[in-house]
Amino acid sequence: MEVTQLLLNAQSIDGTVRKHAEENLKLFQSQNLAGFLLSLAGELANDEKPVDSRKLAGLVLKNALDAKEQHRKYELVQRWLSLDMATKTQIRAFLLKTLSSPVPDVRSTASQVIAKVAGIELPQNQWPELVGSLLSNIHQLPAHVKQATLETLGYLCEEVSPDVVEQEHVNKILTAVVQGMNAAEGNNDVRLAATRALYMALGFAQANFSNDMERDYIMRVVCEATLSPEVKIRQAAFECLVSIASTYYEKLAHYMQDIFNITAKAVREDDESVALQAIEFWSSICDEEIDILEEYGGEFTGDSDVPCFYFTKQALPALVPLLLETLLKQEEDQDLDEGAWNIAMAGGTCLGLVARAVGDDIVPHVMPFIEEKISKPDWREREAATYAFGSILEGPSPDKLMTIVNAALTFMLNALTKDPSNHVKDTTAWTLGRIFEFLHGSTIETPIITQANCQQIITVLIQTMKDAPNVAEKACGALYFLAQGYEDIGPNSPLTPFFQEIIQSLLAVAHREDATESRLRTAAYEALNEVVRCSTDETSAMVLQLVPVIMLELHNTLEGEKLSSDEREKQNELQGLLCGCLQVIIQKLGSEPTKYVFMQHADQMMGLFLRVFGCKSATAHEEAMLAIGALAYAAGPDFAKYMPEFYKYLEMGLQNFEEYQVCAVTVGVIGDICRALEDKILPYCDGIMTQLLKDLSSNQLHRSVKPPIFSCFGDIALAIGENFEKYINYSMPMLQSAAELSAHASGADDEMTEYTNSLRNGILEAYSGIFQGFKNSPKTQLLIPYAPHILQFLDSIYMEKDMDEVVMKTAIGVLGDLADTLGSHVGGLIQQSVSSKEFLNECLSSDDHTIKEAAEWAKHAITRAISV
Amino acid sequence: MAPHDLRRPFKRRPISDQQKRRDLSLLRQSQHRSDAQQRARNLASSVISLQSSSSPDVDPETLSEPMPDVDTAGHESEASSFSIRQASSLRGPEARKWFASQLMLPEWMIDVPENLSRDWYVLARPAGKRCFVVSTDGVTVSRLRNGSVLHHFPSALPGGARKKGVSGPAQSYSILDCIFHEADQTYYVIDMVCWRGYSLYECTAEFRFFWLQSKLDETGACDPPSFYHKFRFSVVPFYNCDQSGLHSAYTGSLPYVKDGLLFYNKHAHYHTGNTPLVLIWKDERCSQYVIDTDNNGQVPSQQHIVLELQDDGKIVTSDDPPVVVNCLNADFVKQSGLSPGSLVRFAIGDGGLNCVDGKFEKADLQYISVSNRARAFADSYSKIMFQYMARRSPLKVEDLASMISQENQQDKLPEVEMSD
Repeated sequence: MEVTQLLLNAQSIDGTVRKHAEENLKLFQSQNLAGFLLSLAGELANDEKPVDSRKLAGLVLKNALDAKEQHRKYELVQRWLSLDMATKTQIRAFLLKTLSSPVPDVRSTASQVIAKVAGIELPQNQWPELVGSLLSNIHQLPAHVKQATLETLGYLCEEVSPDVVEQEHVNKILTAVVQGMNAAEGNNDVRLAATRALYMALGFAQANFSNDMERDYIMRVVCEATLSPEVKIRQAAFECLVSIASTYYEKLAHYMQDIFNITAKAVREDDESVALQAIEFWSSICDEEIDILEEYGGEFTGDSDVPCFYFTKQALPALVPLLLETLLKQEEDQDLDEGAWNIAMAGGTCLGLVARAVGDDIVPHVMPFIEEKISKPDWREREAATYAFGSILEGPSPDKLMTIVNAALTFMLNALTKDPSNHVKDTTAWTLGRIFEFLHGSTIETPIITQANCQQIITVLIQTMKDAPNVAEKACGALYFLAQGYEDIGPNSPLTPFFQEIIQSLLAVAHREDATESRLRTAAYEALNEVVRCSTDETSAMVLQLVPVIMLELHNTLEGEKLSSDEREKQNELQGLLCGCLQVIIQKLGSEPTKYVFMQHADQMMGLFLRVFGCKSATAHEEAMLAIGALAYAAGPDFAKYMPEFYKYLEMGLQNFEEYQVCAVTVGVIGDICRALEDKILPYCDGIMTQLLKDLSSNQLHRSVKPPIFSCFGDIALAIGENFEKYINYSMPMLQSAAELSAHASGADDEMTEYTNSLRNGILEAYSGIFQGFKNSPKTQLLIPYAPHILQFLDSIYMEKDMDEVVMKTAIGVLGDLADTLGSHVGGLIQQSVSSKEFLNECLSSDDHTIKEAAEWAKHAITRAISV
Repeated sequence: MAPHDLRRPFKRRPISDQQKRRDLSLLRQSQHRSDAQQRARNLASSVISLQSSSSPDVDPETLSEPMPDVDTAGHESEASSFSIRQASSLRGPEARKWFASQLMLPEWMIDVPENLSRDWYVLARPAGKRCFVVSTDGVTVSRLRNGSVLHHFPSALPGGARKKGVSGPAQSYSILDCIFHEADQTYYVIDMVCWRGYSLYECTAEFRFFWLQSKLDETGACDPPSFYHKFRFSVVPFYNCDQSGLHSAYTGSLPYVKDGLLFYNKHAHYHTGNTPLVLIWKDERCSQYVIDTDNNGQVPSQQHIVLELQDDGKIVTSDDPPVVVNCLNADFVKQSGLSPGSLVRFAIGDGGLNCVDGKFEKADLQYISVSNRARAFADSYSKIMFQYMARRSPLKVEDLASMISQENQQDKLPEVEMSD
């Protein structure tokens, strides 16, 4: 059968036909990959074929080049690169030809496929003529081809990293794109494609944005495009401005006045889709300035890579009124719709960011609006005033806000009980939560909540928890922060007299029939958790009473009737919440003096957790696993009795690559169990180590899980001591190669540096555990051959000068552990290392006492090692 | 190319509670990991602190000889590290000397310390032999104050018996400060020095006592004797030293015979050698042995004291720094066959002692003999003075009680605010 019919059949409404066609396509692909891809490309390029078969051909071709999963993607790339050149050349030609097809969808599909091929080939220096051939005669092309070419350039910039495209090509791409955006371009489709392409290409424009003339030109064209009569072009142009705000913040000073005028006009007059982008521009500017100012605050020197231009502060007198206007454009039921996003929400969110960027200065600009509107008969005005108030609570200093908040508190509590509008109550409860979040707690000098008003506040919140689900959810949130503020209150909490009532009310909320609406149930359990976390010994008896209650609820969720998939999802979510709640309680009660009484529930609780593993829900698994980790810590060696039954779930968790959070949590729990069981974990170690080594070798597992796996080696070694001997031959080479990789891997960006440091920390923790585990054993000699490499690793990460404080502490500790365990055998080696001199001295004079402590330990150990 | 989603979180906390639980778990795990490493390192650190606490600049008295060389066979790689585990396998005089310097020794109470009710614990000291009990590697050894072995036995302490499932990890060891009470064959634990390899030297008495109370019972060490547990251990009840605590310790009925009261300053670390932060006090009602007996168990008519002879002929107490009581002339030293370091027994003559500010102005000493070899130490200043007072004008329990009630009254006085 020819490929056209197969592709059409694969879209048939008839299931059997469809299935048969899909199988045939697969068969074709597996028998003759080159021929298969070639015929897809031919199909796509052939204007005589049906549009549907051409589109699917393009899609199948695209999926043969890229996949979401990293390992799959890697396989596809390798597969493409290994195809013979003749086939690839033919496919490329078909793809380029398709760009001139009269059918828009087919052109667009071809654009995306070209970008995918470029993504694979350009980094390999293949298809070097691509950019040239796309741009060669762009000015002479018919409009529809020009549009497709610009779209292709956009996708290409999205797909390819800037460093594999020569600056000369970059310049050509940008020139073509910006010319296409120009008002002189008469065709709107071309102009829109160009504007969207610029959005993708902005990351390539570093050099061009550093050149005043080129930057002026780009900015002028972008600003003009925001005034285009075509709404989609205006929207796309503002998207470019938003991206420029964060990518080229430091280059914007010259344009800010114009941009303000443009954005203000859009916010006030334009279509909502455009207005939202215009607001987003200011939100992005605020994001930048908040980051910069945070960095200022964090450094002693006060210098930062990017200076703050205080654009927000300068725009304040005009920007705040603009944003306040938007607050009055609420939609009736926006609080009931999870996915809602409108101009009022965007404006309020931006106002909150402005407050964080400018601090105290915002207050006088907002207060008149609040005072004028807070008591108006129209709910919109009351809500807008309240929202404005809630928005500015983070940013300004407590001193600046305290008087205002104290005066407003009674009003708010009153509104919460009496205001007829659901919307106003929702925002009022949220605002109360913000007050408690930012202005209540041990760091605040004059407390907002006093003996005089505490009772009233709690009574109103508990009352509000009986209101509509969206309002009740905000009340739970307010209670969360109210409790959090008493986190380090000491032995006597002002919440103690109300503790029982609060717990009862939160449980009642969680049991409301409509608790699954507006996240209410989740909010109720989260508040319950925080109340328990921040409780004191005075109320531990009441927390203890909560244990059988939550256990019974968890038990009830496990009594399986047949449920619809929707019901099951809700059931699983509830199981996760209940396991989370038990985890918080375990951590609260699992130590002296409540431990003994609490642990009487342990058997039953463990039984429930094991049953949760029987349900198929990643979230519930993760929560149950975390709770078990906490339980293991509390139970200590007694946890051994659960191991025979628990072990298989542990193994299952370690094999869960897809839901890598479950895997990560399981790795952490193994650490808990090691410390609880010490050498009693030995019988399970073969299985655990095998699985961990498999995890490390897998390219399917999310990389964030790998550092904790190394740390886990350390936990195991410390627990089983010299019995770790049999794993040495497997684990040491893995540690060694990871160490080599991580010694010099960082630098690319902050995220990479952070990952590299977490990897180093994991590796070092493994070494620490192994050395300490082997100490005083005659088998320490097994470790001697690894000492030179480890010292070299320490030296090289010291020389790289990019380790964080955590790594520093762990690293200097390893130096001590090595000296302590191997003693005189490595005395000479240690003395030769940089680590034992400069690095050690640097740590000894560190301001961080944990680093200093570890360094002193290392110094002692080294002194003893070299004194023999 | 569709427009990009620009929704931001609305009326939401940036971090979900689940993420918070996850973060807190990670924090807890990394904290516990670092604690576990710290414990492992403390195996060595406690040795360092032991060594330094008995190094000459800290405690010259107890260490008259250099540290024994412990490079014993089979531990080549450990030559540089002197661990308690190895010390426990030392034999003979070296071991005795080493262990002898490890106990915290109370001073005798010659005046009542301040803030007794606030800062001190009181407990009734059991009558019996003070000893150090070390459990490691499947065996438990108790050593007397002079370092000699009292018992070598299996116990339910961590690592205290060769029995599966009882001991901790191989390296674990525990050290308890005990008094062995003959009548009920019980080790009464008065302090905890190391537990499962975790050093408590640098911990306050308050913490050590808390740890002792909570940990000892878990092991089964307080159970009646059995095949793997030859002697019962028992925690001595301790009280805050207020009126009722003092009363309980002084008059309360206990399963053991009392020998005076011990007072522990709550904030004091475990300090090897003599310390004024632990005090012993006795009277006739709570001890059979208020006044020292001689070798035949008789109370001599004159007070006997044991002092150490120094190079320059000075005879001194065991305090740090030593207190000079008197000076012997060289001829007498030679004639009596004494040598520097000898412990010498004297009687106090009718001329008595006269001391000002902790120094002896005048001491009427009569030479008796060289002290017997079992003794490791001279008497301390406080012991000499307590015994001296006990024979003349003893410190009475009423004095202690009245001090406590005075303190209470002071506490109740209203605070005065300074206005100028």
